[in-house]
Amino acid sequence: MDLLTPGSGLIIWQLFIFVLLVLLLGKLAWKPILASLKEREESIQQALDSAESAKKEMASLKADNEILLRETREERDKILRDARTAANRIHDEAQVDAKKNADRMIEDAKSIIQTERNAALRDVKEQVAMFSIEIAEKLIKKNLSDDKTQKELANTFIKDLKLN
Amino acid sequence: MNKPFFVSRTSFLALFLIILTGVFTPVFGSDEAGQKESEPVNISEVILHHVMDDHQWHFADWLVLPLPIIVYTEEKGLDIFMSSKFYDHHKEVEYNGYKLEHNHITLVESGKAVFDLSITKNVLMLLITSGLLLFVFGSAAKSAKANKGKAPKGMQSFFEPIILFVRDEIVKPNINSHHVDRFLPYMLTLFFFILFGNLLGLLPGAGNLTGNIAVTMTLAVLTFLITNFNGKKAYWGHIFWTPGVPLPLRIVILPVEIIGMFTKPFSLMIRLFVAITAGHIVLLALICLTFIFGSLIVGFGSSIIVLFINLIELLVAGIQAYVFTMFSSMYIGMAVEEGHDH
Repeated sequence: MDLLTPGSGLIIWQLFIFVLLVLLLGKLAWKPILASLKEREESIQQALDSAESAKKEMASLKADNEILLRETREERDKILRDARTAANRIHDEAQVDAKKNADRMIEDAKSIIQTERNAALRDVKEQVAMFSIEIAEKLIKKNLSDDKTQKELANTFIKDLKLN
Repeated sequence: MNKPFFVSRTSFLALFLIILTGVFTPVFGSDEAGQKESEPVNISEVILHHVMDDHQWHFADWLVLPLPIIVYTEEKGLDIFMSSKFYDHHKEVEYNGYKLEHNHITLVESGKAVFDLSITKNVLMLLITSGLLLFVFGSAAKSAKANKGKAPKGMQSFFEPIILFVRDEIVKPNINSHHVDRFLPYMLTLFFFILFGNLLGLLPGAGNLTGNIAVTMTLAVLTFLITNFNGKKAYWGHIFWTPGVPLPLRIVILPVEIIGMFTKPFSLMIRLFVAITAGHIVLLALICLTFIFGSLIVGFGSSIIVLFINLIELLVAGIQAYVFTMFSSMYIGMAVEEGHDH
């Protein structure tokens, strides 16, 4: 039957053209298309990989940040605490110092006042003594111009002596 | 975003047109039957005429495309002329000492068959299919080069998924990954040649290229040759000294294995030929019902059935391309497999 007998002419044409087609398409079509497909697949894979690694990096960065933040916070607290205690200490010391200073100053002032006072008293005493002597001198000079008065005075002294 | 939509729309349009042809095929056929109204139509002759190769392209009685005849004989040497020389108003006549009878050219004097290298209907279909393949995938490759690193466009975006399907679903599962790149061009060409041939063959008036046994035989033989020329030690060892089988059985298995070498391509050849030719015969037989009954209602009914058979044929076109390529890669994959213990 003709339907089942392959025609020799068609076989030759088919063989020739098909082999040519394989070679031509292989060179002109499949090579660039497959290359571009492969390239695209690789670039997609690369993009996915880099996205994944970026995600990981991000996560680790976030964790780092958190640790850093926590550390910073702790440090801040510590610094604050230290500062507060230091301030307190300084404050206390200053208070003590000030008190001491004040006390000393008061003490000094007191002693100065005492010495001044003493000196002044001495001065006054001397002056009074001087005045008294002068007055006495004058009185004596005036009173002792006569004997009676001298005698009276001597008696008075004697009286006083007796009383003492 | 716009372009792929356009492509899918055009492909749908193409699909729609193919479906429509199913409806209109009887219209083309009616020309033939119209003239032979008085004599009964020889259905089997009409059908066979449609599925077989021809030296001229007969669209309708008033539209015949003459094709070049190329013949060689020892006596007369090479001769090239148009097939219209064999016809005088649809009557077959002798020309230049050659006679065309039932598609066979013989010498009038000796009755000897000539070596016929004519551009027949199927050869022209072969050229059209190949040209279309070159055009389609050439432009796909061009846009692949132009769009390097960008999203695919146009023809490229339509065919890339199919190429990927062939690569990842047909070739890669069957052929060891070291050899995939070597056989992929052949497999892709095979797949798309059969697919395009099948689909073009469904067009009204088209030649039945992939349903021709010469074509399927050539493809099967190519697969056979590639299989055996690439056969590794393990492959031949499996054929001639099947491992893991008791000694007396090995001798029994040997001829079976050798026969198996040839039944594989034989099944490839027959499967494609039968699937496509049978589909065409079914379609034509349904259309011919109209002329058997000579009734408009039957014609309408059978046209509707033909429409659905045409849809099935579209499916078959894809399936056969897939199956041929898959079995080819399986056979080749088995041949190139490096030995491993059973």
